[in-house]
Parts: sequence; C-alpha cells; structure tokens
Amino acid sequence: MFVRIPFAAIIGICFTLSFFLIALFAPLIAPYGYDEVVSNGFWEPATSEFLLGTDGIGRDLLSRMIYGLRTTIWIATLATILSFTTGSVLGFLAAVMGGWIDQALSRFVDLLMSIPSLIFALVILSITPITILILILVMGLLDATRVYRLARAVAVDINVMDYVEAAKLRGENRWWIIFREILPNALSPLVAEMGLRFIFAVLFISTLSFLGLGIQPPQADLGGIVKENAEGLTYGIGAALYPAITIAILAISVNLVADWILSRTTSLKGGRG
Amino acid sequence: MTEPLVRVRDLRIGATVYPPNEKPHDIEIVHGVDFDLESGRVLGLIGESGAGKSTIGLATLAFGRGGIKITGGEVWVNGRDILQTSRTDVRSLRGGEVSYVSQSAAASFNPAKKILDQVVEASVRYGKFSRSEAESRAVDLFEQLGLPEPETIGNRYPHQVSGGQLQRCMTALALCPQPQLVIFDEPTTALDVTTQIDVLAAIKKAIHETGVAAVYITHDLAVVAQVSDAIMVLRLGDMVEYGTTQQIINSPKQEYTKALVSVRSIEHPENTPTDEPILRCIDITASYPRTKLDVLTDVNVEIHAGQTLAVVGESGSGKSTLARVITGLLPPRIGRLVFDGQELTPDLASRSREDLRQLQMIYQMADVAMNPRHTVGTIIGRPVEFYFGLKGEEKRQRVIDLLDEIEMGIDFIDRYPAELSGGQKQRVCIARALAAKPKLIICDEVTSALDPLVADGILRLLLDLQRIENVAYLFITHDIATVRAIADSIAVMYQGRVQRYGGKSKVLSPPYDDYTDLLLSSVPEMRLGWLEDVLENRQMESAGN
Amino acid sequence: MGSIASVLAQRIALGLLLLFLVSLLIFVGTILLPGDVAQQILGQSATPEALANLREELGVNRPPVERYLDWLGGLLTGDLGTALTSGQDINEAIGRRLANTLFLAFWAAIIAVPLAIFLGLLAVRYRDRWPDKSISATTLTTISMPEFVIGYILMFILGVKLNWFSPTAVGYRPDADLLTRLDSIAIPILVLTLVVLAHMMRMTRAAILNVMQSAYIETAELKGLTRFAVISRHAFPNSISPVINVIMLNLAYLVVGVVVVEVVFVYPGMGQYLVDHVTKRDIPVVQACGMIFATIYIGLNLIADLVSILANPRLRHPR
Repeated sequence: MFVRIPFAAIIGICFTLSFFLIALFAPLIAPYGYDEVVSNGFWEPATSEFLLGTDGIGRDLLSRMIYGLRTTIWIATLATILSFTTGSVLGFLAAVMGGWIDQALSRFVDLLMSIPSLIFALVILSITPITILILILVMGLLDATRVYRLARAVAVDINVMDYVEAAKLRGENRWWIIFREILPNALSPLVAEMGLRFIFAVLFISTLSFLGLGIQPPQADLGGIVKENAEGLTYGIGAALYPAITIAILAISVNLVADWILSRTTSLKGGRG
Repeated sequence: MTEPLVRVRDLRIGATVYPPNEKPHDIEIVHGVDFDLESGRVLGLIGESGAGKSTIGLATLAFGRGGIKITGGEVWVNGRDILQTSRTDVRSLRGGEVSYVSQSAAASFNPAKKILDQVVEASVRYGKFSRSEAESRAVDLFEQLGLPEPETIGNRYPHQVSGGQLQRCMTALALCPQPQLVIFDEPTTALDVTTQIDVLAAIKKAIHETGVAAVYITHDLAVVAQVSDAIMVLRLGDMVEYGTTQQIINSPKQEYTKALVSVRSIEHPENTPTDEPILRCIDITASYPRTKLDVLTDVNVEIHAGQTLAVVGESGSGKSTLARVITGLLPPRIGRLVFDGQELTPDLASRSREDLRQLQMIYQMADVAMNPRHTVGTIIGRPVEFYFGLKGEEKRQRVIDLLDEIEMGIDFIDRYPAELSGGQKQRVCIARALAAKPKLIICDEVTSALDPLVADGILRLLLDLQRIENVAYLFITHDIATVRAIADSIAVMYQGRVQRYGGKSKVLSPPYDDYTDLLLSSVPEMRLGWLEDVLENRQMESAGN
Repeated sequence: MGSIASVLAQRIALGLLLLFLVSLLIFVGTILLPGDVAQQILGQSATPEALANLREELGVNRPPVERYLDWLGGLLTGDLGTALTSGQDINEAIGRRLANTLFLAFWAAIIAVPLAIFLGLLAVRYRDRWPDKSISATTLTTISMPEFVIGYILMFILGVKLNWFSPTAVGYRPDADLLTRLDSIAIPILVLTLVVLAHMMRMTRAAILNVMQSAYIETAELKGLTRFAVISRHAFPNSISPVINVIMLNLAYLVVGVVVVEVVFVYPGMGQYLVDHVTKRDIPVVQACGMIFATIYIGLNLIADLVSILANPRLRHPR
C-alpha cells in the first residue's frame, strides 16, 4: 500500500534522524573534546578552525554542543522509556483490573498532577543529590503520570468495546485481552504520545540544566551550554543562541513526526476533535 | 397551470471525501433528481442509508451539511431558484418559508436557552410576528401537538422534557413562523415505537390543520405511507420510482420498490416446545452493582433446543439486562439458570470453557463487536482454535466452511472488518458464534442497525442456520415485525417484568393485556389508513408522553 | 444529581482536601527522601559539629509527624518560618516577591488572554485556510521551545541588538513609576505571552469548534439567522464556560513559566527566590514557595471547575 507522507513530516523525520545519528557518533564527529580548552580567548567569533567560535572559557562551541546534544538525547530517551513503560503498564492494568487498584492509582496520579511538574521537581532536587540517575528518575516518574492518564483512558475506551466483551465471554484470559485485543488498538495513539513525551523530556532537562539543577559542569547538555554562555548575550555575543535554537529545532522536528502519526491515527478512528 | 410551491430539476449534490492515505477528492452523491410539490401536499422521500434523502431535503433550504455542496440543477421555491438567489434572500427563505425538523431534537435544541425562546426566535427575527403574537402562536402549537401544560412547557429547558415531547417542540419550532414547507428528517426514528405513533399522529394532525406542505424523509415505508400523498423512492443518489402513495404501496413497478414493500414478510411457522428446555431462567431478579433498583424482577422463561425465544420490549424494559444475566456478566441477585439440565454458575469467571462454548452471543453493532486489527480469518478462527484446539490447515478449512455457511467466499479470509459492508460484518459475527458449535446463541438487536433489506437477509440466514445446526436463539429486539418473522415463543417485557409469555400464536392473538396491545398496535403497518384505525381502538396511553 | 450548591460545596471541599494532601506530599518529599539532608546541605567537608548543629536546627531528630504538624500549623496561621541560609523571615521575603511575580503575571495575562481568544476565533472563522494554518504552525513552534530559549532570543534581538527595551529586569524597582517598571519587564511579559498564547489559542479554537459543530448551531442557521446572530445568540452562551476553563488552565500554566522567566531576566520574584534556594538547599524556603505555587495552581484549576459547573444548564435548572 502506498502511503503519502506529507512534506512537513519528511522534514521532521530527516532532522530527527540526523540528530540521533549525531548523538550516537558524537566522538567521531566532534572536532575537539567536550571539555578541551582549545584557545586562550573567549567567545571568539566563528573561524574555519572553530566553526561556531569558542565559548566563555575558550572551548570549541561546536564540539561542546555535539556532546551536549548527545547528553540531552540520551537522558531524554531514558526518561521517556521510563515514563512510558511505567505509565502505560500501570494505565492498562488500572483499566483492565478496575476496582480499588484503579481507584488508588488514579487518585494518586491526580494528586501528583495537581502540582506543576517543574515545581515538584525543584522541591525534590532541593534535597537529593543531583546525579544523572536521579534526574532521569524524577523526570521519568513525574511524566509517567501523563502517560498513565492517556493509556488508561485509551484502554478504558477499548475495554468497553463489544469485541473485548466477546473475548471475555469466550473465556480468554487477561493477557490475551491486554496483548491481543487492547494493545493493537491502543498502539498508534500511544506511539504519537511517545513523541510528545520525548519533547517534554528534552524541554524539561534543558530547563533544569538551565536553572543549574540539571547536568553539572564540566559536563553539559544543551540547556547547560545556554546557561554557560548566557552572560555573553548582554554584551551582544550570540553564542548562547546556538544551543538554544538547537533545542528548538530538535523539539520541532520530533513534534512534526508525532503530529503526523497522530493525524494518521485520528483519521483511522474517524477523528477525535 | 399554476407554478408548484417547489420545483426541483436535475439536482446534483457532491461531497469531498477524505479516505485515509489518499488525496481528498470530490464525489457525486445525488445524481440528478426531479420533483414538484404543490402547496399543502406531503411528499415522502424513502431509501436506505446513503440514498441521499436528507441531503435532498436540506437542498430545499439551500443548505449542505458538513462538506456537502450543491453542484448543479435548480431548486425553485415560490417562483425563484434558491440556488442562485442572494444570501439575504436565502436567510429569509429559511426564516419564514421553509423550515426543518431533524431526527435528534435533543441535539438540535440549544441546551442553554428556554424552549419557548428558541421556538419563537425565527418569527420574531424576521418580523413575521411580534414577540407576544409568536408566543401565543407557540402555545397554540404546543396544544395542537398534544404537549402537556402547553402554557408553561415553553419555559422549561430542553433537558427538562422527554424525548418524544422535545421532538414535538421541534415541530412547533418549525411551524411557528408559518412556513409554506416543512422538511421532516426522520423525526420519529430515534423514538420508541409506542412514542413514535403519538408523535407521528401529532405531526400528521399539525400538517393537516396548518395546511403546510411537507417533505417527509424516512427509511421506513410503513411510516411514510401514513402521512404522505406521494412517495419518491431513492437509492444511492438516484430516483428509483416516484408515484402516489396509493400506487407505490399497492402496485410498485420497480423490483427495488417491490422488495421494500414486501420487507418483513418472512414466514416462520411456530414450533411446539420440546420436553426438556435448553435454558431455563428461574425467578431471576437482578440489579446493577451499588444500586438498589431492580432492573429485572421475577423473570421466568424457557428456551427449547433448536427454537427461538424472542424477548421484546422498549428501551429500559430490561431485555438487554436479561442477556447480561444469562451470559454471566451480571450475576442475578435472586434466581438461577439451568442450562441443558445442569445448574449454570451465576458469574462468568467460574464457568467452564465448555459452558462458555455452548452459549454464544451476537451484538447489535457489528462494527464494534469485531477487533478492527484482526482479519476475518483470525476473528472466526479464534473460537475454532480456542475451543477445539484446531491449528494450521484444519483450522483454515473450518473457517472456510463457516464462511461458506454465511454465504461469503474464501476471499474474505484476509480482509479487515473496515473493508466489509454492514451486512457482511454481521454475517462474520454470526460465523464467529457458530464456530463454537453452541447450543444457544443470544442475538441482541442484531438487525436494528441495518437497513431493512439487509436485515431481512440476516434473518433468513439465521433461520436457515437454525435448521441446519439445530441451534436455539434468544432473540432480543424492540421490533415486533422481526419477532413475527423469527420467533417460536415470545416474552414481552415491560419495566423489568415479563408482561406476557408463551407460544408466538398465543402471545400475538387477543385478548391482550393493555401494554401488549399498545406495543403491538404501535408497529406501523404497510397499509393506508392504519394510523387512524389504531388511534381509534387504543386502550392505553404510551409511556413516552 | 444534587442541587448546584451542594455540587459546588463538594468541589470546594475536594480542592481543600487536595491542598492538604499536597502539603503532605511536599513535606514528605523533603523529609523522607534518601540521603542525609544535613550532609547534602553542607557538603562532604563539613565538620561533625556543624552537621549536628544543622540537624538540630532542621529538627531531624524530632519525630516527623510532630514536625509536619508544626509546619502545617505555621502555614495555616501564616507563619512560613525562617530561611536556613540567611536566617531571614520567609514571610517578609516572600511578601515582596509575590507582589512582583503577580505584577508580572498580571500584565502577561492582560495581553495574552484577549489576544488568544481573538486569534482562536480567527482560526475558527478561517478554518483550514491560511490564517488558521499559520496560527497552528506558530503554535507548534512556540510549544516546542522552552521558556528560556524564547527568552534569550527575544532578549538578544529586542534588548541587545535593537535596544528597544531594557534587556534584563535587574533594574526593576517596585517603587518606580509604572512606565519604568513596565519597560524593565517588557520582554519578560512578551515571553510569557508567547508561552501561554499558543496553548490558549489552540484550546480556544478546539472549544469553539466543538460548539460550532453542534446540531443546535445547524438549527440556528436553518432558522435563517445571520452569522452574527448564530454566534452571539447560540454559540457564545455555550462557549463561555469552555473558554473560561481554557483561560484558567493556562493561567495556571503561566505560574510555571514565571519561574524560568524570572531567572532568565533576573527579576526579583518568587520564581527566582525558589530556584535560588533550591540551589542553596534551603528547605524551609523551598517548602514554603512550593506550597504557594501549588496553592495558586490548584486554586485556578478549582475556579475552572466551578465555572463549568455554574455554566451547565442541567445543573442550574434541575428537572
């Protein structure tokens, strides 16, 4: 079957793929090390030697950004996997089991979602040591609440369909119902949601690092590089804008892909407004 | 010769479709329709879904719903072609000359405004009447339409009156600005049968007394035969036949019209009960969890092997709850089930796979009764594998045999439900139930979502299969005609109780109790003058008032 | 379905219960998490005496229930405690900053809300045509950017390169005249506006489209009403509640945006205060700020809830 992919989605797919490839092969691509001071000057303009110039303490900005991108994507991916598996497994379980398990999980998620994620993350990070593992856990688990809501809603919708009732009347066990009846029908909205969760994770870790509560120097992700170079802006030096715009392009490309997947699923389901 | 009120010539209507994974493109859904309508006359538009009848009706208001566009032809109303006239003129046409009554009054009334305000709005806006004139007109119409408390009912909000009443309010809304033409678009389809007859009578009376012309759109020929002077039969956007009501009902010319007229004429002689019933429901009383109200009270019925028990009733009568009790989805509060001489445990989880196999179910909405991600082969093959352990070629052969039984071929085996028509979907659901080789199949309103001709085909298939497989049916329906066609015995349900129960001939012959009389007499018959006969001879008022 | 008053009372009670649970969550979150708090605050090189002193000050040795009740009692009587690092009274520090934050959020809302509704209506009016499409493309872009990215881009262009407004809010003085104050927060207001505008516009569009597709709008059109009458008499009354809902949810979202924007522009508000003290691990301040942000957030959500109940004709006019 021939599938027509809209232009915006093709752009999104190309950019997303390139970002992931750069992240994967960062050590091969980057001209210098991430923490290598290569120049005595600071915030030097772009030259053929330093394609994007140098940062505030004379490191090659391009190399640092390539490694920063790697860190951002790496953390965002792990946080997404965590939020996704936790959220969707619990959401499906709540929908299929019903009863007090559903009630307990859903009310707890309501409670977590009644505080803005960023504020809650700040409260937790005020007390825990700030390590990559903790960042991933905090982001992943806070975001799992949204995945839980979606997965539960989708599964509850499917669970009341007559074909699920027919399977129950046939005597099928719970796993057949989850994996053969519900999952195939829940997959497309969940995959689209995965893209949105990934973007959210990118924005979240960038924001935390920007606030100085994410990746700690000398390591850096894109948000951290913005923070390092922000001071230059007031002197008219735009170094901080390169990583900032990279974050935006990454998020937009993934968004384009997610949007496309979502529009495909809604046209299959006959629209959800 | 004087100009008729409405003159439609070569009306063509198109729509844009958005198939998944394809470029959107335009298709034509009405291919050149002509008709005339004189003042004070009623034209019936009849056809199955997709015939284009609503679309044609709305075209007389120069309106296209959704992405629908009128692409060609002429629609003359009161001496001007409304497809060519100015926008202001179209508005005054809609405000005063032609009005519309939709199928769902509940959705068509603005929930935030009082009924009276909405009824008089068009008249007042177009200066036909002053506010107080329009209001007294509305009260008169409420009274004419048989609404209770006509003086004050207009001060209520739409959600505060019943469905049947709201449908009459909608008729009042349409008649208030004294239009010359009213389009009735399936105004009684969403109502229960005993409510339908009253609304139908009210509409007929109102049309008669106000002398308005009307286009009456429906899929039910028996209904339209009661109100219209002429009938146009439509199919897939083409006119099939156009004639007086007398002629269409009594001597149809086209094959398609003949089929529509003779629909529901299946003859099924009644079988006498055997000694040992296959299923006995004994003293069943049931209520939903966390509610005190019993939805079923003291239900005692029996189903015999290879025979059909029809459970008939209106919405809220408890007939679908009975199916849930039998399948074990809702264990009864009191009472027990005996299946083939053995006690059946009340809840689904404790039943053996063998018990489950013996009792299968077919649903009303075939679209949602099949997993859209499974192929027909998987859907029919699963019970074969699950209950009989057949795999590979054996399983495939059994699926092919079953497809054959439901009169569908082997090439359907790899298709998905979305690629089937409504009737084919329901056939696949029948095959899935048969695959378990059950002794009893519960059929829950299996034909009510289908067009009459397709429904007829399904009923014939079910009867054939019953003869071949000797399977019993518990047939739940609100439609007496279906009951007549298929049942051996009948249980009439009303407010959670079995009102009348016995063999078909006994239940369907007098003397009746009041409710059964009301129910039976409310089913439209395909003859002229039926409506008047019934209203004269009724003993009980319907509940929907 | 009960009477409307009892439904409202129920919702308010539920909101209060939620607030109580949130206070518990914030408290437990800062107390029961693994790791020695005192060690975290003072670092590895701390002397045992310093650690012991800090633990005493934190009250780590007292039972948690007692400490929670103390803290909650303080919250209810309006006493937020003292900051660990500076020994300053938190009430005093927050009072000033909260006013600044609300000043910033107020101006952002004043611009964003009418603009979002106007653009949302525009998108509905020209649905699937270029105004709608360009609005949704812009939406996609701003949704994909963190607040600080938009902040720095605008700061660089408008503040540094074009020099239209003051690039940072360092010079903000609450006692200066309104115009000076607005000049120093012009770019932050713009950033916050952009951040909430996209969501608000999208949701307004969806809410109004939902109403416009109802069957009663068709009825109104078939009555021959003008487009204006259809919208003002039939669509508008039914759109108020979903739109107010959208506004409240986005104002709640604004609360979060404020935190980051204040840091970007060095604006002396609650957000900067919070972030500052997270870095310093000053737990009493973090708890107090977290509680205030959560209260505002829950409050706005509660208002959204109450409005939709009040606007529901089924509840207002029971059968």
